[in-house]
Amino acid sequence: MAYTEEDLKEELKGKEYEFGFTTDIESDKISVGLTEDTIRLISEKKNEPDWLLSYRLKAFNVWQAMNEPEWAHVHYNKPDFQAISYYAAPKQKKVLESLDEVDPELRKTMEKLGISLEEQKRLSGVAVDFVMDSVSVATSFKEKLGELGIIFCSFGEAVQNHPDLIKKYMGSVVPMTDNFYAALNSAVFTDGSFCYIPKGVRCPMELSTYFRINESGTGQFERTLVVADKGSYCSYLEGCTAPQRDENQLHAAVVELIALDDAEIKYSTVQNWYPGDDKGVGGVFNFVTKRGLCERNAKISWTQVETGSAVTWKYPSCILKGDNSIGEFYSVAVTNNFQQADTGTKMLHIGKNTRSTIISKGISAGKSQNSYRGLVKIGKYAQNARNFSQCDSLLMSDRCGAHTFPYIECDNPSAKVEHEATTSKIGEDQIFYCLQRGIDEEKAIGLIVNGYAKEVLNKLPMEFAVEAQKLLEISLEGSVG
Amino acid sequence: MLKINNLHASIEGKKILNGITLEVNAGEIHAIMGPNGSGKSTLASVIAGKEEYEIESGEILFNDEQLADLKPEERAREGVFLAFQYPVEIPGVSNINFLRTALNEKRAHQGLEPMAAKEFLTLVKEKAALVQLDDKLKNRSVNEGFSGGEKKRNEIFQMAMLNPKLAVLDETDSGLDIDALRIVAHGVNTLKSAENATIVVTHYQRLLDYIVPDFVHVLYNGKIVKTGGKELALELEEKGYDWIKQELGEEIKV
Repeated sequence: MAYTEEDLKEELKGKEYEFGFTTDIESDKISVGLTEDTIRLISEKKNEPDWLLSYRLKAFNVWQAMNEPEWAHVHYNKPDFQAISYYAAPKQKKVLESLDEVDPELRKTMEKLGISLEEQKRLSGVAVDFVMDSVSVATSFKEKLGELGIIFCSFGEAVQNHPDLIKKYMGSVVPMTDNFYAALNSAVFTDGSFCYIPKGVRCPMELSTYFRINESGTGQFERTLVVADKGSYCSYLEGCTAPQRDENQLHAAVVELIALDDAEIKYSTVQNWYPGDDKGVGGVFNFVTKRGLCERNAKISWTQVETGSAVTWKYPSCILKGDNSIGEFYSVAVTNNFQQADTGTKMLHIGKNTRSTIISKGISAGKSQNSYRGLVKIGKYAQNARNFSQCDSLLMSDRCGAHTFPYIECDNPSAKVEHEATTSKIGEDQIFYCLQRGIDEEKAIGLIVNGYAKEVLNKLPMEFAVEAQKLLEISLEGSVG
Repeated sequence: MLKINNLHASIEGKKILNGITLEVNAGEIHAIMGPNGSGKSTLASVIAGKEEYEIESGEILFNDEQLADLKPEERAREGVFLAFQYPVEIPGVSNINFLRTALNEKRAHQGLEPMAAKEFLTLVKEKAALVQLDDKLKNRSVNEGFSGGEKKRNEIFQMAMLNPKLAVLDETDSGLDIDALRIVAHGVNTLKSAENATIVVTHYQRLLDYIVPDFVHVLYNGKIVKTGGKELALELEEKGYDWIKQELGEEIKV
């Protein structure tokens, strides 16, 4: 009997989330609920200085007075913040002398994720920090980076070893009062990554953090802080996965980038949190605040490939404070089944001759909802500011939605702001053309979608472009109809 | 190679093919001519396996295999090639990458390893020269921004790369100027061998000056109403399709 498209759909519907395994590691997890005591406990477990504890408590107060934002084009049952455990750490020996001492179960996890640290060390020269649940468990390449004066470590270590830098920059771009989730994160964050590139140093390798939620009933609240001192350069990549669970897990991170005069930061994300099943059950709520500050002649590029999460709420932004600074945002956001994404960027032009580019490619399949939301704001003193925005949407089915919410605020008449938007549906004729050349539907969709997203994928570091392409294909398998 | 027996096919409930019987052997070139709406393109689409078309009765055998049992991509890998009347644009996918994917799918089907990059590029160079395909077009997105003539040449280039057993050229001559027509025809003629066969679907006799068919079939109302040698095409050109209609009318009267 002929194999019909229906059969294919059926087969692919249950296509398993590849990273849906859990790791059986003894874990140090505190009981659920959030009070001042919880925060004190986290701070104590992390052996933190008093100033950080007071920062947390202040943030907690701010958070309690705030309401969860409702303006995004997403619908979900709000998380019960008292039903979450705010700290879970894989139990292991206190201090690791080398990667060989990492718990074997944990190493297996890393291997399943495709981040065999040894391999990466040898082949691609990528330095990896691995954050599981709440704490950072391994950072490779630390010594080699140290020779250049580059600090790349877990946030917790940075608090202990580089308190001045943390004190100076933490919350300087995303203040605790910024929004509901940023405030929550500031109160309960458990770990994350810290990176400092000294003056004039060009970081010779990709810096990478892998985040993974493992424990059930936990949230992940990590902070990333990247400081590129004057004239320095670094490229940073974060990847995320989570096990398959029926419950909704909360991920509320804060990422702050600081590019001082003449510095450049490239920040790439491949986000693959568990998206929930084909009925919309489970999946990660990804409520993340990411923002970068550009001083004079500095440049920050955000590149994101978003394929996971049940609900995404995320707007990596640039504050173009210094004259001649440049902000870029390249995004591919894929939603399938019942996923919802409300994502985009803010480009705040403050300095003169500041330039920004926004390329957003939304791909919606199944019954998903995919929104681009972006703000381009040209301040009063931003003479000759330039912005170019392009927002494309690709529809894979007739039950999904694509929405674009571009906001432009311009207070300087010399500014030039361009916005282009397109919406297209993946063509049956395109697919048939591929089929007729011997390329099956799955590969055809992969080709077409990767072609559509090419402008963004080209911005990813080589090592990760291939992974991102594969992810796009996996996320969209069997989704035409 | 291809045997079509009393084929009836429809699209969205509308009957287009009303009992086509046709046999094409290796080494042969068949021309299918007919007025607009006679079912020429439908026949090409049904052979390729386009989903919207439904076979109501009859069969298509390709090397003694029921084509209806094969998915479109399997037909392609088995050696059925359709040169599209309107080649489709695929933005962001380079022509070369597209072809390499297609070629390697076919090789995998034959149990072969993917073609080595060097060998592939040599092949590209050789086959592109055959249809004088501009170097730039190889790396551009599939058919995107190609002129009408470039698209058609690209189809023949793909055909040359994939080396099919049966090629169906659907109105490949439409929109071609005389020079492009010559180039396309030269490509098709060069690719002809004792092992493969070609079906040329066309409205005009013009193409058949360059691609000389062994047989000419006239399609009318979804049926082959007349079959002859290459001279039939000339006769058609001279007398027009009304001649067929009249002839049929007479037959009906008799």
